[in-house]
Parts: sequence; C-alpha cells; structure tokens
Amino acid sequence: MEIVKAVGLTKYYRHLKAVDGIDLEIHRGECFGLLGPNGAGKTTAMNIICCVMPPSSGSVQVFGMDTTRHASGIKARLGVMPQDNNLDPDLSVTENLVVYARYFDITGRRARDRAAELLHFVDLADKAGVKTTDLSGGMKRRLLLARSLINRPSLLVLDEPTTGLDPHSRHDVWHKLATIKAADTTLLLTTHYMEEARMLCDRVAIMDSGRIVAVDTPSHLMELHGGDLETVYMKLTGRRLRETWQ
Amino acid sequence: MAMSIKRAFRVWQRHLTVYRRLYKSSLALNFIEPVLYLVALGLGLGAFVKEINGTPYIKFIAPGIVASSAMFAASYECTYGTYVRMTYQKTFDAILATPVGMHDLTMGELLWGATKSTLYGTIIITVISLFGLVDSPLLILAIPLLFVSGMIFAEISIIFTAMVPGIDSFNYFFTLVMTPMFLFSGIFFPLDSLPRAVSAIAFFTPLYHMVNILRAFASGQVMNVAGDAAWLVTAMFVLAPLPFILLKKRVTK
Repeated sequence: MEIVKAVGLTKYYRHLKAVDGIDLEIHRGECFGLLGPNGAGKTTAMNIICCVMPPSSGSVQVFGMDTTRHASGIKARLGVMPQDNNLDPDLSVTENLVVYARYFDITGRRARDRAAELLHFVDLADKAGVKTTDLSGGMKRRLLLARSLINRPSLLVLDEPTTGLDPHSRHDVWHKLATIKAADTTLLLTTHYMEEARMLCDRVAIMDSGRIVAVDTPSHLMELHGGDLETVYMKLTGRRLRETWQ
Repeated sequence: MAMSIKRAFRVWQRHLTVYRRLYKSSLALNFIEPVLYLVALGLGLGAFVKEINGTPYIKFIAPGIVASSAMFAASYECTYGTYVRMTYQKTFDAILATPVGMHDLTMGELLWGATKSTLYGTIIITVISLFGLVDSPLLILAIPLLFVSGMIFAEISIIFTAMVPGIDSFNYFFTLVMTPMFLFSGIFFPLDSLPRAVSAIAFFTPLYHMVNILRAFASGQVMNVAGDAAWLVTAMFVLAPLPFILLKKRVTK
C-alpha cells in the first residue's frame, strides 16, 4: 500500500489553478521531494495531503484513508514541519512541545519525557526553559522539527525545511532528516534547493505551474537530461530555478 | 459537522497554559477598568443622582459592571486574541496540523472566550461584594449564566473576526457595536426613561438581558428574570452555527 496516493488532484483559488490534475504515489520508507519555484503549487499540494484544505477535484489517500473524510485519523499519524515559524512565542521550548503533544493525547509524564527526548535529538536540551523568541533561526527550525516528531509520525511532511538557514544549520537539519529516514519514517518535502533534493530525496517530482512535469530519481533525471538537477529543471520547464528565489 | 469536545478541550487547554504565563499583566488591566467605572460613576455621578428606583446609584450600576466586564473579556479574546492566533502567530496552522480539526478549533476558541468571560465576571462579583454593593448571596448563582452570555459574545466576536479584512477593523466593531451596547443596555440608567425605540433595540442585545439577570440576583429577586435567561440560552444556540461556518470558510479557503 502506498503511503500517499493522489489521483487527478486539482485546486482552484477562485479562478487561479494552483494545482492542475496531479497524480502522485509515495512509497513507504522513501524520501519524496516536490521540487519547483514559489507558485508552482508545492505548498498547496502538500496542504491537501496534510488534510488542511480540501481539493477542488480529484482525491488523495494517505495511509489508505481519504483526506476529506478521515482527516483526524490521518493527522494523528502525520508530522508536519511548516515553512513559517508558528511556535508559541509566549511559551518556553519545552512547553511548546508539551502543549503540542496534548493535541495527540500525549499528556503528563509521557509528554514531558517525549519532549526531553526530542530536545536531545535536535541538540536543544540546554534550551529547554528558554522562550522561543530568544532562539536563533536555526534553533527555531530544529524545534519545529522536534515538534513535528512528537507523535512518532509514519509520514513526516516538511515544507522547505532549510529555506533561510545558513549552510551550517542547513547541514544540521539534513543530518537529522537522514537519521529520521533511517528509522523507517516516510518523508515528503518541498524544496527549491537542488542540492537538498539530491542529498535527501530518493525520488523527486518536478513541478511547474501546478503540474508535475517529471517524476524520477535525481540520478536518473540527471542521466536522462544531462548535467545537474539545475540543468534538468531548466530543460524541463524552460526556466532557471534560481531566478524565482526570494 | 464533525466536532470533538475532547479535541476542543485541547485547544482550550493550550489557551489556559499560555494565559497562565501572561495573566499577571492582563488580569490587572481588566480589573482596573471596571473599578474605575464604579468609582468615577458610582461615587462621582452617584453624588448627584443619589438613587434609582430606590437603590443607591453605585449599587444600581455595580451588577451592570459585572456584565460589561464579562462581555468585554470574551469580546477582546475572540477578536484581537483569535485574530492574532489566526494570522500573525499562525497558531491555527500549527494546531490544524494535528488531529484537531477546524470545528474543534472554533469550539476551543468559543469555550475559551466564555471561560474568560466567566472568570472576569466572577472577579468583579467578588470586588463588588467586598465593596458591600451586593444584597443577596444568590448572585453566585448567576455565574453559570455568565458562561452563557460569554458564549454569545464569543460567537458574535468570532463571526466578526472571520469577516474582517484586517486587525484595524475591530475599531469599528468596538465603537459601533460594543460601546453602544455598553452604554444603552441599562447599566447606567433604566431604559424606560428613554424613547421606546431605544429600549426596543436593547431587548435584542445580550448585554441588556445579562444586566437584568445580574441586577435581579444581586438584590435577591431571581424569579423575575426567567425570560431573560431563556432569551440568552436561545440566542446562544441560534448564533452557534455561524462562527463555525464563517471561520472555516476564512481559514481553509
């Protein structure tokens, strides 16, 4: 059974077609990347997979369940690391995790133990009592990663996990993600960093204007089209990825 | 409509955790304002007005100040508070990535607004009791109704929050809706002294009924207010679907 299976997935915002009939299958244990510039429809596709918004047409099954009908059941087994910082600014690092754990019915001692374990994993154990507003950008990102793991998710969804980070912090996050993947967690990430896709992803889908123009392993794509992923992207879409960076 | 009270409670619990970090500053502010009204109007204006319907002026307005404090507590929470969580802090996004759904979240917001309303109303009940402005201990029995009126104000506020283009629009809400309600719901003067049209409009505001209820309970005459209580409970259920529908529309597009 596929972890994610999307068929004819389409999303309109009023008259704008953000996602245009994509089909997608993500296998258990793999790291799957959605690659494309801002506005390609990556985040929208991901929000639908995460049961946060309904598709306009088509359907998505996650863990074999329909996203529009079994949202709670799916989300209980999902970890989401958002692109924007949405930590609670009024709470400490540990409190952020403990409060989040409660949404998954992990409470009391279990929540505190899990929080401590995760803070250790993301190297923030010494920041446990600090307010999140006092963390650096890289630390916030690592705390978001820790929070997304609170329920031991079967599928971890990451929206541009390293955008805006310095190279050192970026490698830090990559290292953590490799560890998570090795523990049999399926990963779905969006990125517009070619290197990130090449380093982490078993397969990538290249998205352009709401469509998927190619799905393959990074190495096979590079073999087919020559050069690095950057070149592949340009050949497939006629555009450079970097121009669209913010 | 799928909604789980347990998951709504998780949202409520999150707000309580945050509130326990912040209450020292906000509680004091919410407590000072009603006391200012009591002192300035009750004593200041009371020196000239003396009595209304045989009741000393400060005693006349005290139950109304309980009602208005409760009203403003729920209204601020579910306008500015909810809006900040929905947009600037992206708290909604964080919560919606968990098993908590949009309806659970809305219910959590409403319950929290009503809880704060009850809390602030109860604090002012304590204050006016200490000032010796309450004749009957029956006033304690009005606390559950503070929760009902709190739900109504939370509902009205969420409806507005779901529709405003930006946070500045709440000025309209408070200036054009809440302040007139505050002034013309019988807190400071009996409405039968005004043109009939004004008291007719007041009948359709929840604050008017809550003021009636609190004033009656504070004086021990509880039997007169069954109609007001029925009005509040009915309004709470009649308004209930709107915040769920509108906030979902706003958040999930």
